[in-house]
Amino acid sequence: MPDSAYRSGEMEKNAGLGLRWRLSVWRAILSTALGERLVYRGDFALGTLMRFLPIVTQIFLWYAIFDSIESAGGDTPEDSEIRGFRFTDIVAYYLLTMVARAFSSMPGLASGIAREIRDGEIKRYLIQPIDLISFLLLTRIAHKLAYYVIAILPFGLVFFLCRNYFTEGWPPPQVLIAFVGSLVMGFLIGFFLEAAIGMIGFWFLEVSSLLFVYMLFSFFLSGHMFPLTMLPDNVATVVNFLPFKYLAYFPAAIFLGKIPTEDLPLELAIEVCWLTFFILLCRFAYSRGVRRYSGFGG
Amino acid sequence: MAEIPKSSLTRYGKVFLTFARNSLVRDMTFRTNFVLQCISSVGWTMMNVGFYLIIFQYTNTIGADSGWDRDKFFLFIATTWFINSLVQAFFMPNAEEFSELIRTGGLDFALLKPIDTQFLVSFRRVDWSALSNFAAGAVIAIISLYSLATRKVDPLIPSMTSILLYLIFVACGVVIMYSLMICLSATSIWLGRNQTLYNFWFYITNFSRYPMEIYNRGWGRPLYGLFTFIIPVLLVVNVPARILARPVSPQTWEDQLLILWSLLATLLSVLISRWVFRRALLSYRSASS
Repeated sequence: MPDSAYRSGEMEKNAGLGLRWRLSVWRAILSTALGERLVYRGDFALGTLMRFLPIVTQIFLWYAIFDSIESAGGDTPEDSEIRGFRFTDIVAYYLLTMVARAFSSMPGLASGIAREIRDGEIKRYLIQPIDLISFLLLTRIAHKLAYYVIAILPFGLVFFLCRNYFTEGWPPPQVLIAFVGSLVMGFLIGFFLEAAIGMIGFWFLEVSSLLFVYMLFSFFLSGHMFPLTMLPDNVATVVNFLPFKYLAYFPAAIFLGKIPTEDLPLELAIEVCWLTFFILLCRFAYSRGVRRYSGFGG
Repeated sequence: MAEIPKSSLTRYGKVFLTFARNSLVRDMTFRTNFVLQCISSVGWTMMNVGFYLIIFQYTNTIGADSGWDRDKFFLFIATTWFINSLVQAFFMPNAEEFSELIRTGGLDFALLKPIDTQFLVSFRRVDWSALSNFAAGAVIAIISLYSLATRKVDPLIPSMTSILLYLIFVACGVVIMYSLMICLSATSIWLGRNQTLYNFWFYITNFSRYPMEIYNRGWGRPLYGLFTFIIPVLLVVNVPARILARPVSPQTWEDQLLILWSLLATLLSVLISRWVFRRALLSYRSASS
């Protein structure tokens, strides 16, 4: 393959300029992915707005639940709460998990990797001087950036309409920093976790059913359906040890001040550990997978 | 629509049975896949049940004085599951295929067949694995009915009449959902492609999953009106579930009006969807390769 030989030759020549070369590759990947994403912006903004519709149902459901708790318990509406969540908190929680999911959800990542392995497309990463995982990560970052550029409008609109549910207003700056940190790490954990699942495709050809099981678990255990503190105590303890909560529950809980400020450094440190674990797992699975890979197909 | 003579009714029945058999043969060819699909949809059901069980740890009813306590609410959920599984088994795969037929021009072949096009388009495929959710709904219904019948406070054993009415209105609910789906998929003739519309379908039917009373307050009233009278998705599950779960409490005239409206709405939605479908077909321009 003359092209790749040329490229690798050039790469050696540019060894001193390695970083600059790498940066230019990254920029190329980023701008391509950004362009890809911005093609269907209208459809996409509308789609994002519609994604908030289920929250409308949730608002009414939880209002009805709190309504009956109040009439049964005789508490004043402001006082009644479920595991530290009042009605307004729950609505705010659902809205915030939407933000968290906007960072941590990776549609098509694992299935895409598994498909590339099955179709044999993955061998281009073995030939070209591009690392599969960093390439996917950059593409994903670019897609997410493009997503936020457009999604900020519908998100802003919905949050503005729902501002009254945030009774505490903005959290203090250190909490806000922790929130942003947890969002970014949520993105990375989501990426490496799902990429690692995609790597299973090196061992099994068909991973779609496995993926569905993972999706079910992550939907339930990430706190996307309800705040995880509502789980029965013994279940909640176990779920708290699992990494799924970083995908939705954790950032939202930080923002709403449900995690005490003095615990934040420790909790974030644990999250860093999980992130490191998934990065290593993903790398390990990839190197092992490539070793047993044989390129079928053209 | 011209009146169908009896002989052609049996003919349509036979054609439908052939469709159903073909789909079953196809599903059974990929048996592992079939089993996995069943398992995953039951998994989804169990997650939802888990969510509602958690809710009922903290409250006794959904909405103050609404009467939707745990057992009755689970009867409601079972009804949702019955209707959704029927729609998913019989209509969803066809609606998906329909927009694909329009995009590729394959609808030409459907138009040429000596059979009603709407019938052909909407019954060709049956997704048998979706019926596993019907079974899951049956399990939920049996457990909650048993619990309702044997509980100390306010036990409830549905009469034959209410069971019969329940079945009729479950069928009405399926018909309303089917009509809505036909309308949505027919619009893909005009729009070319309607990925967003399928999400729209999911988001609209999402409203039908809970007792309608919960929307009847504050800024929910416009939604309540919209989804009861214009796009009647709130009737789909609510009417049959109410008939089964709250027959003893004296029915108010509002309840009875709702039941009558549900019958009328079923009829209207069939007629309207038929009309929309035919209008859409008139604007169909074949797409060739």
